[in-house]
Amino acid sequence: MSDKKSILIINQSAPYASSKARESLDVALTCAIFEMPVSLLFMGDGVLQLLKGQQPEALQTKKHEAMLTALPMYDIDCLYVTSSDLKLHGLHSEDLAVPVNIVEQKQIASLIQQHDTVLTF
Amino acid sequence: MKFSLVVHSSPISQQSAATAFRFAKTALEAGHEIFRVFYYGDGVLVANSQIAPPQDEINLPEMWQALAKQYDIDLVVCIAAAVKRGVLDDNEAKRYEKDSANLVAGFELSGLGQLAEAIALSDRVITFGA
Repeated sequence: MSDKKSILIINQSAPYASSKARESLDVALTCAIFEMPVSLLFMGDGVLQLLKGQQPEALQTKKHEAMLTALPMYDIDCLYVTSSDLKLHGLHSEDLAVPVNIVEQKQIASLIQQHDTVLTF
Repeated sequence: MKFSLVVHSSPISQQSAATAFRFAKTALEAGHEIFRVFYYGDGVLVANSQIAPPQDEINLPEMWQALAKQYDIDLVVCIAAAVKRGVLDDNEAKRYEKDSANLVAGFELSGLGQLAEAIALSDRVITFGA
């Protein structure tokens, strides 16, 4: 693997309704281990993955929030969320567990353009 | 153009699993290359040889197997996603002390590194069933 392609992972799934959120992070970490630059975009119900104070103990699943806070250790620092989807869920930046860049809907096209590969979950 | 596909959808309950197949077949017939198909999440169920769809429904495991044979495509099934859904090759069946392996011939169990490699080596990576 000579070329280091940049990857944008678009997350549209709620954190605990399916295995998508978990699988997405597994791919992000794997690509980061191979030194590929990874950015994460959270849209739609995917913004709920970013929520602070998640309590999944009752569901007997791993805490998504804890995995998010580990991302900087893998050099994954570019997280994006759309302002309209935050608003749709009644959320503000202070409700989020990790530092995230808030972008406008119209910036998504250029975000996609800036990356070599896009994966969706 | 060199494509790789990521298939998330169940071969039984989601149309996008069949869409992925039709995309691959059409691309190959148009002269493109499919470097790798990576099955993830419920997509791994396509490699379960015990799947027995009714006669009048499509049989995606067999269709992929035939396509891979004809065009020499790499069909890689995420090992972590597969094992927890009961899709096992001989090694994993032994490791987890299960009665038998059920991986369809022509598919291979491997790790997410194979997806990272597919991203690195393909012109386009297309997700189905997200």
